[in-house]
Amino acid sequence: MTSALNPKFTFETFVVGAANRLAVTAGRTVAENPGSAYNPLFIYSGSGLGKTHLLMAIGHSAKALAPQLNIEYLTLDEYVEAFHAAIAAGQGDAFRRRFQNVDALLVDDVQFLTNRKEMQAELLRLTEALQQAGHQIVLTSDRPPAEIADLDERLISRFSGGLVVDIGIPDYETRVAILRRKAEERGARFQPGVLEAAAGVEFPNVRELMGSLNRLVAYQAVNDTPINVEAARQVLGVAGSGEQGAGSSAPTAAPAPTGDEFSQFLTDVTTTVGKAVEAWRARVAEAVLRWEGEGYRTGRLERLLDQDTPAAVDEAIATYIHDVERLKTLEAEVAAFDPQAAGEKVFRDPERLAEAEAAAARVRDGAAPPPAPSAAFPLDTYAAGSANEVALSAARAVIDAPGKKYNPLVLVGKSGLGKTHLLNAIGLELSKKKGAIVACLSTQAFVDELIAAIDGNRVDWWRARYRRATALLLDDIHLLAGKDRTQEELFNLFNQLLDADRQLVFTAPAHPNTLQGLEERIVSRLEGGLVAEIGEPDRELRRDALERILSQHKVAAEPALLDYLADRPADSVRSLTGLVQRVTSAAAAQDQHVSAGLAREVLEGQPPAAARRTTGLRTSGLVVSSAGGVRSREKMVWDWPSAADRVIEDLR
Amino acid sequence: MSLVNFTSREITCKIVYYGPGRSGKTTNLHYVYGRVPESRRGRMVSLATQTDRTLFFDFLPIDLGQISGFATRFQLYTVPGQVYYNATRRLVLQGADGVVFVGDSQARQLDENLESLQNLQSNLLEHGVDVRTVPVVMQYNKQDLPRELILTPAELDDALNFRGVPSFAADALHGQGVFETLKAISELVLKRLAAGSAA
Repeated sequence: MTSALNPKFTFETFVVGAANRLAVTAGRTVAENPGSAYNPLFIYSGSGLGKTHLLMAIGHSAKALAPQLNIEYLTLDEYVEAFHAAIAAGQGDAFRRRFQNVDALLVDDVQFLTNRKEMQAELLRLTEALQQAGHQIVLTSDRPPAEIADLDERLISRFSGGLVVDIGIPDYETRVAILRRKAEERGARFQPGVLEAAAGVEFPNVRELMGSLNRLVAYQAVNDTPINVEAARQVLGVAGSGEQGAGSSAPTAAPAPTGDEFSQFLTDVTTTVGKAVEAWRARVAEAVLRWEGEGYRTGRLERLLDQDTPAAVDEAIATYIHDVERLKTLEAEVAAFDPQAAGEKVFRDPERLAEAEAAAARVRDGAAPPPAPSAAFPLDTYAAGSANEVALSAARAVIDAPGKKYNPLVLVGKSGLGKTHLLNAIGLELSKKKGAIVACLSTQAFVDELIAAIDGNRVDWWRARYRRATALLLDDIHLLAGKDRTQEELFNLFNQLLDADRQLVFTAPAHPNTLQGLEERIVSRLEGGLVAEIGEPDRELRRDALERILSQHKVAAEPALLDYLADRPADSVRSLTGLVQRVTSAAAAQDQHVSAGLAREVLEGQPPAAARRTTGLRTSGLVVSSAGGVRSREKMVWDWPSAADRVIEDLR
Repeated sequence: MSLVNFTSREITCKIVYYGPGRSGKTTNLHYVYGRVPESRRGRMVSLATQTDRTLFFDFLPIDLGQISGFATRFQLYTVPGQVYYNATRRLVLQGADGVVFVGDSQARQLDENLESLQNLQSNLLEHGVDVRTVPVVMQYNKQDLPRELILTPAELDDALNFRGVPSFAADALHGQGVFETLKAISELVLKRLAAGSAA
């Protein structure tokens, strides 16, 4: 029930000044000779001037001088509470004995005895008992005993019978000493004069003085530079308020005013100028200051000051602010596309709003969304089979929950098996989602774009463009091999997109960990998602694919033709496309109907090479895809059947 | 010289401390200098003779910061009090927005005070300025001297303050009355802002 003594509250930490010297001396005497010097000792003062500190200091000191002493410190409320608890438990006598046996009883805040008749009676009894036994009582209150309302006369005479001392408001010198000591305790250092400035304010109590120190410490902590006297005044809100620290409370001060005359003067001048400068001019000037401070050109406002009348000044200011807001919007918009461009001066000058709009429009155009997937590869034309069902189901999962399930998704398979088709198909499906920005391009194009961006000194713009993407799909990731800078950029982009749950899809000819020239950190990230393999098509898938290819060529898919072509040795869909192309071009050249017979003739007889080269019907999936930006050297070669194919066909 | 520049948003007040030699004009400036935070004041330029008399003039620029959106500056000047520096006095007086007449309270200096006042009037006239239109305040300095040596502010008012301008008893050495004087002249000068800018 009894409060512990706060170890910080000792005589050593109590700053003694003229206002509290008597109380401290009395307290020390009592601590040294408990029960014999002043009994009871009654200390009163306004809130926050050190009553509790002094009371605890007496306790500490007495205990230090005579450790065997039984010392009780408690507030009156605690005393009342303990008493009530004891009464409720039927232990009233034990309670009385407990307190009658203490060697020094320190009771804080006895002003709360008001209207507590039974407690007053109890305390009266206790005081008598303690005094008779020669035990010390120290009491504190916020007012002298006689002023505690409704206090028993006998208590008043008892309390007043010992020594009644008060603690006054510390004078300027004491305030400086307090601040210095507290600042030292907190390890805070201030420029000369700062603490004196704080002490110059006549705070009604030490707590508020501590508050001012806290403010100074906090202010200095957030600002790297040490606070100076003037800033301190501002922090404490006394700049110009004219409080003169050493005025009344420091009789030792020089007769001439030594307070802050300059602040006072500044206040007066401010008031006078405020009256003298027309209000509208002040409004304009303040607007100029504000927007100048934010970094905007204020010429338009400044010109207002040259006019003689306040005509339409407020409207002009409102328009100005409106324009500035628009500039801010434009700047933010541009920053999303191209952080570098956002820093341009034009976004800081409301008079050049039109230019800013144009610049923003340029950036908007320039920052056309990253390359989109090619429309030539819709998902529903993708032939499904056992060879690609894992990849396809993974793709569907990605489309259903982009960024959530398989991220990244790496489609692996030999050339011509439909990786690009599936990649673009995923991209197309993803772009159907609201607000989607799907970047789908070949790694080669990605590298080329970066090189162009570096060349044009717009890497920021390039990065921003991809960072906006809700999905990034890169074809042929192995082409990154040896491109260190691109790998670096992709690594960062990868992490950013992944963190934001954006979907990443890549294609590669083989498992990422078998690819040469890729940095370990990229490989491990690719392996960290799902690597889905696409195998060689079986006959059924080939037949299925051929049917689609033929229908694209507007050729009737006769079963005989389909069967014949499906039986041809082809390890990829692309080679099937090549077969169909050769047959259809031959048919076109000979003006014949495409049939199984013709196909056999074309594919097993002499290939009509010349005709094929001149048709210009380069409709292999590959070339079409280049509309979407896919154009790799390897795939260009696939416009022609490979030499090995031709040798086999010739042998047949 | 324009007091208020709306284009550059500046208010610049040129205040000249005028008065007979050794009346305490430079002391006024020194006191002000000592009270103005370092960041606010410029270097005090003081051209003095070997015997510490002002040879040319003192100049103390004070930056009061932004007031109502105007960068406000005060420029305090003193003139050399000695009779033979009249050309300098006239030069310094040029473009003054306000004048503080620092009088010497010693009874035996009364004639010098009067002479200096007349000199002020004539020098203003040289610039085509009527003394009645310029803001002026009087400061009766050295009031800390023994009673028997000095005239009281009331007596000095009777002797010097014909126009009934604001007057202040001062002890510039210890700062008494210094800022009161400065404040009074500032108010007079700044109050002309409204009138001046409307004109």
